[in-house]
Amino acid sequence: MSYIVADQLGKSFGAGAAAVHAVSGLNFRIAPGEFVAIMGESGAGKSTLLGMLGAMNAPTTGRLHVDGIDVYALNPDRLADFRREYLGFVFQSFHLIPYLSVIENVMLPLAVSRQGSPEKRRRAQEALAEVGLGGKAGRLPGEISGGEKERVAVARAIVNEPPVLLADEPTGNLDSGNSREIMRMFQRLNASGMTVIMVTHSAECSGYAGRVMRLSDGRLKTDRRTAVSALRRAS
Amino acid sequence: MTLKLISIRNLMRRKGKAAFILAGLVVGVATVVGIFTFVEATTHDIAHKLEQYGANILIVPKTENLSLSYGGLSLGGVSFDLEEIRESELARLATIPNHRNIAAVGPIVLGVASVESRRMLLAGVDFKAAEILKPWWRVGGRFPQDDEVLLGAEAARALGLETGQGLSVNGRNLVVSGRIELTGSQDDQLAFLTLATAQQLFAKSGKISMVEVAALCKDCPIEDMVRQIAAVLPGAKVMAIQQVVKSRMEALAQFQKFSYGISAVVLFIGGLVVLVTMMGSVRERTEEIGIFRAVGFRRSHIMQVVFLEAGIISALAGVFGYGLGWASAAAALALSGDGHSGPVAFAPALALGAVVLALVLGLVATVYPAQMASRLDPNEALRAL
Ligand SMILES: Nc1ncnc2c1ncn2[C@@H]1O[C@H](COP(=O)(O)OP(=O)(O)O)[C@@H](O)[C@H]1O
Ligand SMILES: [Mg+2]
Repeated sequence: MSYIVADQLGKSFGAGAAAVHAVSGLNFRIAPGEFVAIMGESGAGKSTLLGMLGAMNAPTTGRLHVDGIDVYALNPDRLADFRREYLGFVFQSFHLIPYLSVIENVMLPLAVSRQGSPEKRRRAQEALAEVGLGGKAGRLPGEISGGEKERVAVARAIVNEPPVLLADEPTGNLDSGNSREIMRMFQRLNASGMTVIMVTHSAECSGYAGRVMRLSDGRLKTDRRTAVSALRRAS
Repeated sequence: MTLKLISIRNLMRRKGKAAFILAGLVVGVATVVGIFTFVEATTHDIAHKLEQYGANILIVPKTENLSLSYGGLSLGGVSFDLEEIRESELARLATIPNHRNIAAVGPIVLGVASVESRRMLLAGVDFKAAEILKPWWRVGGRFPQDDEVLLGAEAARALGLETGQGLSVNGRNLVVSGRIELTGSQDDQLAFLTLATAQQLFAKSGKISMVEVAALCKDCPIEDMVRQIAAVLPGAKVMAIQQVVKSRMEALAQFQKFSYGISAVVLFIGGLVVLVTMMGSVRERTEEIGIFRAVGFRRSHIMQVVFLEAGIISALAGVFGYGLGWASAAAALALSGDGHSGPVAFAPALALGAVVLALVLGLVATVYPAQMASRLDPNEALRAL
């Protein structure tokens, strides 16, 4: 069963001879519960692809289906709702709101939902506990370390319990210790059934994934399931 | 966690910007409130004075050879050769549409008589109406009753009479009940009697020479009342006395126009301050808005956040603006010292109006920045960082 289906998915910027084909005509399927690493040189089109998978960057060619939904056929409101219900994002530069406390940042995706405040708080606490930050709920982002910020970002991405987690170089700003922490966390989330799609430069990080898609010049060069991940998972 | 919390937290963080927007709106609202309060209080004051200016409508018989100076009392000598109005006709004044605006009706009987061998102009008046019609009178002694006479300052001096002394008018003996201090008007040369005494003296029973009417006309045009009275008294000529009051009202109207113009400009500038500051704030918050959109806020949610912020500041600006405007008006009124007595009262309707005005101005000026924020492409917003 395929959960995410890319059909001739492509994106170009500009027109005519000056056009940049950031991603051209990709076809792939991702099953529920997969852990995919997207790799490639800088400028290969990884972020562009992730943006398209994240319902944030409309493709110029092809289609994307998630859970049977033709994502880019949705109107803008429904597209926003889709992001809220299906996706969690983790960014390299954390993207926390500086004037909201850690727990308020985690609750952000719940701000527009109808749940009561205690329920929102409970879910955020749960997500924070999941990333091992239960004790720092009241801090501001400026008062915690980089590794902790990334974990807050992960907590925010999973507070809605979305089926898909998207991460663009989540360990790009972290030392190897913190990177490993984040990867173990992703692995845990993946083990609990979440589909994880992660852009990374790091071979070590890609080792946690069960599948590596390698991009070059906007094209899919290789797409492999790896055995290494099984070893890592076992460890 | 709600959108409201996001707005409040952002306002708290960017206090300087919030204060700037607040100041822009407060100045605009305070200007409007201040001017409005000042004009209102001054108009009220003038309307109040209008009553103190006495008669402002004059009813005289229709005659052709009449040279009228003030009130038809021309001492040239022709003006009391009048046809008379019937006293009974005056009841019709109560039937005009604006009869509620009539404060006093003062019938007058005029006649020339020999007083102690001098020819003098005598006026029979209704002293009950005198307080309103002749507010400038300062009477030494008291108002006369039948067979008594109240002398103008000049008349008293010329006749050499004091209160309590007697005099003979057309052979009839009258007693001086008092004298009117110098007014600078024709009243100084006159002798005033009760209506009944004058009618008997001049054999004009049931008739009157002219009528003074005091109309309280803050809102109704005096010309309308003149027309209405003329309609019920077809035999008489009805005139409005042009008064200082009128020109003062015109000056005030002029000031009003001018100051409303100023207010509009100040409001416009206040709106611009909001617009520009909000736009800058939206640009600064590109990343944040990108995050909001990435976690699934709809465009309308972004607009809500921006409008909530503008709304909170605007409501505060309405309250402060009303307070500041009210204080400014009170200070201006105190400085102008224009006979306005007592403090300016709290006006709930105006306060509400100030808040509504601030809200409308703040929110309208925020429409464009809010739309700009809601249209940010989250992918672009986050990629740029
Ligand atoms: N919004 C954009 N406008 C113009 N060019 C873009 C835009 N986004 C990406 N590109 C171009 O598309 C190519 C792929 O970019 P990106 O997906 O960010 O690569 P990666 O994440 O693999 O480094 C690059 O050449 C980049 O310059
Ligand atoms: Mg990238």
